[in-house]
Order: sequence, then structure tokens, then C-alpha cells
Amino acid sequence: MSISDWFKAREARRYTAVNGERVAGDVPDGVWNKCSSCKRIVYEGQLVANLRVCPYCGNHFDLTAFERIDLLADPGSFAEFDAGVGSTDPLGFVAAKPYTVSLESARERSGLTEGVVVGRATIGDHPVVLGAMDFRFIGASMGSAVGEKIARSFEVATSERRAVVLCTASGGARMQEGMLSLMQMAKTSAAARRLAEARLPYISVLTNPTMGGVTASFAVLADVVLAEPGALIGFAGPRVIEQTIKQHLPKGFQSSEYLLEHGMVDEVVVRGQLTARVTTLLGYLAGGGEQA
Amino acid sequence: MTRRHVMEFERPLVELEAKLGELRQLDLTANPELAAEVAALAVEIEALRESTYADLSAWDRVQISRHPDRPKAQDYLAAIFTDVVELHGDRCYGDDEAIVAALATIDGRRVAVLGHRKGKNTRENIARNFGMAHPEGFRKAMRIMRLAEKFGLPLVTLIDTPGAFPGIEAEERGQAWAIAESLALLSGLRVPVVAVGIGEGGSGGALAIGFGDRLIMLENSYYSVISPEACASILHKDAGKAAEVATCLAMTATDLVGLGIVDEIIPEPVGGAHRDPGEVFGAVRGRVSEALKALSGRDPDELVSMRYAKLRAVGVIEEVQG
Ligand SMILES: [Zn+2]
Repeated sequence: MSISDWFKAREARRYTAVNGERVAGDVPDGVWNKCSSCKRIVYEGQLVANLRVCPYCGNHFDLTAFERIDLLADPGSFAEFDAGVGSTDPLGFVAAKPYTVSLESARERSGLTEGVVVGRATIGDHPVVLGAMDFRFIGASMGSAVGEKIARSFEVATSERRAVVLCTASGGARMQEGMLSLMQMAKTSAAARRLAEARLPYISVLTNPTMGGVTASFAVLADVVLAEPGALIGFAGPRVIEQTIKQHLPKGFQSSEYLLEHGMVDEVVVRGQLTARVTTLLGYLAGGGEQA
Repeated sequence: MTRRHVMEFERPLVELEAKLGELRQLDLTANPELAAEVAALAVEIEALRESTYADLSAWDRVQISRHPDRPKAQDYLAAIFTDVVELHGDRCYGDDEAIVAALATIDGRRVAVLGHRKGKNTRENIARNFGMAHPEGFRKAMRIMRLAEKFGLPLVTLIDTPGAFPGIEAEERGQAWAIAESLALLSGLRVPVVAVGIGEGGSGGALAIGFGDRLIMLENSYYSVISPEACASILHKDAGKAAEVATCLAMTATDLVGLGIVDEIIPEPVGGAHRDPGEVFGAVRGRVSEALKALSGRDPDELVSMRYAKLRAVGVIEEVQG
């Protein structure tokens, strides 16, 4: 055995050690992820095949907005709108670093203009407006642009008589736009209300993490609120609560399962079942009582 | 007059005022020289008062908005409303004293009133959780909103909270859900809504009852997406930078008029509302009455679509054609 062969063999051992499974052939060597929950190594190929859910412990890894849309929309049906809507820096906000720098680097890193992607699509042939937040973009926090895109989503759906399906992931309101961000909570809630008054269905999927001003506005105003397993969902952040009450929080506090237990969400749905579940729900809510 | 609470920026002034107060206790008829000195001190104090309060920073105003002697929602209820009937409970879990709800009359007009309610002493503040509501507080507020709508009573809200309470039970009972539902309900309420910022406007807990057809703020009240201390500890890892961050956050009444969020500002007496509450009560009564008068008789559909248009316009975005 040559030295280079020996190295190759060692590499192979390293990358195939977990459960003795082999990596799918088309995935380049060395692309692997450590599961934040069970700490095991998961290959990119395995992760992709498993919808970015850890095959060992079921931990749901983050999805980008477009991965989420690919998961839910009927193939080829998604047509994005308002892709160019972005926040500016209306307050000239500089603390630690300028907001303009944060915006720029978020745009570079994610390839997105803002923290949410919205568009028209079909899910199981039901016409919907589908949106997904992308946590890579300043924690998908809600400033003017995210609020505007969410409000427009409800408005487009209301005028075209579509259902709305929104997948949330957000740290909350975006501090760097001050009160303009806080007011987006009222704006998006008002738009959601108008959709409801038009008797059009709204399904939200709360994913990890959904916190603060996004939870406390449009995210939970849906007719049916679904959550992914193990997601952190709440109003106040765990650290803020611990500092306020000077106690440690119980295990699993603010998890999807905890919220289900306390009556705050309708169902915790594993990612592999999500599209089917949303389709079924749309059938009930958008299809009326008579089955064709 | 003794003051329980002195704000840092006004300490020199308050010390001189205390000295003057002591001097005024003396019988000066037999001592004209001392009497002249007292008069001079009074003049000096006036000048110092002018300069101390001439150019308040956002952080100074935050201190004023949190002053323990600042008039609270219950003081406004007592001073500018008559025939006040307080209503209790959310019919679901309990009665959250951090929110006050009432039917009341202002200048001959029957209205419903909601406010965040802080205490005036430790005992009251413990009972009222320092004005930080739990979900049952917001659900009580929603009950009163529906009542107001059902019986055609305009709604007046008084905003004064550090924020919704961040605690285990609050999360367990759906703090986010209660706030979101309150926002949606208030946005479509088919009666006039006049909101007045009287003190602290802390984040989602303030907003839950804190917007409407008119948003009026007292000069030294604030309204913010996050407390300056929390913002400083997140961005700078240093809560001590709160003063600096307060300016960045654009949270004063003047800032918010500039951003198109606040409609009008009610000036306060020099030094803050607690220096002359009577003057402030008079001004608030006048402005709220005027706003209610201007909104009365509007068609509910028109009212709701105007309120939506107002909310819809908030935000600054750019649209890059891609
Ligand atoms: Zn795992």
C-alpha cells in the first residue's frame, strides 16, 4: 500500500465510521455535518436524502428559505414576487457595527435581499401564497421589508383568493429599525386579519427558532398552527426569562412539544410528513365540505 | 417637598431646590439680607432648571418616563374621567392587575378605557407586576375591546409598560398568542381608537393595546422595539451603553413623529409630568376629547380601512428590480 492509498483508506474510515454506512457516491469527500443534538457525524448526502433531518436522533436541521419552498411547493410551481424588496437604514443605526454593513453581509452570505422569500405556488394543486423565512439573514428578524413582504402576501392571497402558508423562523423584531420594526407586528397582524375576514385559509409552520415579535404577530394568527419537532418557539428568549425570574428553565421549555402540551399549536409534524399534512389541511380548509 | 426619586441628570437642581425649600421654612421677616439671598437662589434655580431640561437626551427622557412619581394610568382615570366603572378578569384564567380596564366618561362622552397599570409603591408594584402583563392581561384587554365594539363605545388606551412579562407562566399560557390576537383585534375594531403614550412604551406588550386611529405621546414618554438596556447588552454586550443605544433606537416622541408613527405630542411641564400632574391631565383630556370628536360619527368601515392604511404605510423599504 502506497502512502497515498493509506491516507485514502484512513479518510474512508473516518467518513464511514458512523453506523458503518457508506456515503452516497455523488457527494464529495469531506462534506459532513455534526448533529447539534446527538453530536454524531452526518454526511451531506444522507442529510439531503433525509430532508436535513438527522437520521440518528431526528434532529431537524435548519432549512434555507428555498429549501423549505422546494419541500412544500409542487415541483416547478413556485413564482417568487417582491424578490427585490429590501430594508434600508432609515435610522442611520450604528451600534457595535453599522446596520448597513449587517445588511450587506447578510445579502452576500445568503444571496437573498431580505429575511423572507414569498411567492405564488401550488401545494397539492391548491393555489397558495407560500413564504419561508431564512434565519441566515440577520436571524430573519422582522424589519420594514420582512413586514412589507408578509403583508403583501396576505393581500395577494386575499385578492386572488389563495390560501397562505408561511414557514417561520425568526429571532423577532429587527432592533436596527427601531419602532418601524415594532409596527410591522401590527401591520402583519392586520393583514392576516383581513385574510381571515375573507374566509381564506392560513396555515403556519413554526420552525426553529420562532421568537419575539414574529411569534407575537402573524406567525400564530393562522387557522392551523403546525410546528416542527424540537423547535424553540416563544415570546421572550430563554436567557431573558432566566435573568428576570432568576431561575433555571425546565427542560424542553418553549419547545414545540411543550407548546402542544399547553394547547398552543395544533400538531407537531416531522419534516417528512409536512407537505402531505399541509395538503390535507388545505383540502379541508380550502375545499369546502363537498368532496369531488 | 421631599422627593423619593432623583434622576441623575437633575441631581444638582434637586439639591438646590431642597436647600431653597429649607430656607423657605425660616421666618425671614427679621432678616432682610437672608430674604434677598433666598430670592437670588430662587432665580438661580430657575436658570438651572431651564438649562437642565432644555436639551434632554433620549436616555434622560427614558428616566423621566420611568419616574416613580410620574402620573400613572389610574391617575388619569381618576383625574380626567368620570363615572368610572372598572371591569375585571379575562373569563379564562384570572384578573391581571397589570392592565386596567374600565368604562368611563370623558367630557360627556362614554368610552372604554384600557391601560397598563404600574404601582406607586412596592406593594402595588408587586400586585401589578410593575405594569408587565401576563397573557390574561391582554385577554382582559381583548374582552373590553369586543365590549366597546359591541356597544359602539370609542376606546381610549393609555400606554405605560416596560414590556410584556418574560416568565415561565406567561410563556406557558401563550404570551405571544395573546399579543398577536390583541393586535389583530385592535387593527379591525369598528369603533374609534385613541392611544396615548403616558410613560414607557416597551415593545410588544405596549403595542398590544398601543395603536389606533390616533397615536398621541407625552413629550417625555418613549416607545421602542426593545428596551435600551436589552439592546445594549445584545449589541455591545454591555447594558451600560443604554444611553448611547437609546439615541440610536429613535424612541422619543419627536423621533416617532418624524417616522410617521406618532400623530401628535403633548408637551409636559418643565422637568416632567410629575412636576405638575394637573397641567398634564388637562392637556391629555383636551387632546383625547378633540381626537374622539374628530373620529366620532365615522362609518365603521371607513374607520377600519383608514386604520389599515395608516398601519400599511409604516416602514421604509427599497425595491430593487431584479
Ligand atoms: Zn442527531
